[in-house]
Amino acid sequence: MSSLQGYLLLSALLFSIGLAGALTRRNAIIVLVGIELMLNSANLNFIAFWRFGPHPEHLTGIMFAIFSISVAAAEAAVGLGIILAAYRHSKTTDLDQMNSLKG
Amino acid sequence: MTVAFLILAVLTVAGTAAAMGLRNAVHCVLALTVGFAGVAAIYLQLDAQFVGLTQIMVYVGAVAILAVFAIMMTQRPTAEKPATYSSFWLTGSVIAAGVFAVLARAILTSGATTAAPAEPQISVQQIGDSLMHQYVLPLEIMGLLLTAALIGAVVIAMDHREESK
Repeated sequence: MSSLQGYLLLSALLFSIGLAGALTRRNAIIVLVGIELMLNSANLNFIAFWRFGPHPEHLTGIMFAIFSISVAAAEAAVGLGIILAAYRHSKTTDLDQMNSLKG
Repeated sequence: MTVAFLILAVLTVAGTAAAMGLRNAVHCVLALTVGFAGVAAIYLQLDAQFVGLTQIMVYVGAVAILAVFAIMMTQRPTAEKPATYSSFWLTGSVIAAGVFAVLARAILTSGATTAAPAEPQISVQQIGDSLMHQYVLPLEIMGLLLTAALIGAVVIAMDHREESK
């Protein structure tokens, strides 16, 4: 097993942990955090492929990771805003109780 | 496969697994900061210093604090403790384990055995130069996106009830 495969395996494990959290938790905020974890594992892949690629002196992987982190930050802010609005409407963040579209 | 990578990998996986498994939501976010810091340390180990420090500032500094604020604003102290896991947790766990099995098999059979090239010498000045020349259009679009997301988040989270009365 090469070290590139080690990084890719770690990234796959992080993605699966985030997916498990997003699929099994009831708290909407923790579900959003799980989605952030999945985005993070994609960033780890960008950096690992950049470092082990043939031309690490080009900045492509770093730029991709920086822009991806910015998009993830914007997504977190909007997602938490939506959760706050839904909480104000239904008085809960429990996803099993948020089961009606019209309230 | 160095000892430093193994230590960081164990720390990261332990932090993120605790973040997805603990009952108390605030404890989850605290464990999550450990996982995010572990990922940042792995970026540093991969010679991507700028991305590692950005990760610490954005994720450990901003996203975790934002999540803690959201948890505190949505907690009701009188309510009884709801269950941690949803009713279909078994299906979700099986799906996640299946995804990991497929990914791990694809990675291990891919034959990606390239050794790392020589350590690239990348200064922050180089990153700034290319952000201002080659990547200036994506940078401007990102600024627009962040502004729109900021305004949108404030408008969505604002309480509209008093205006309608």
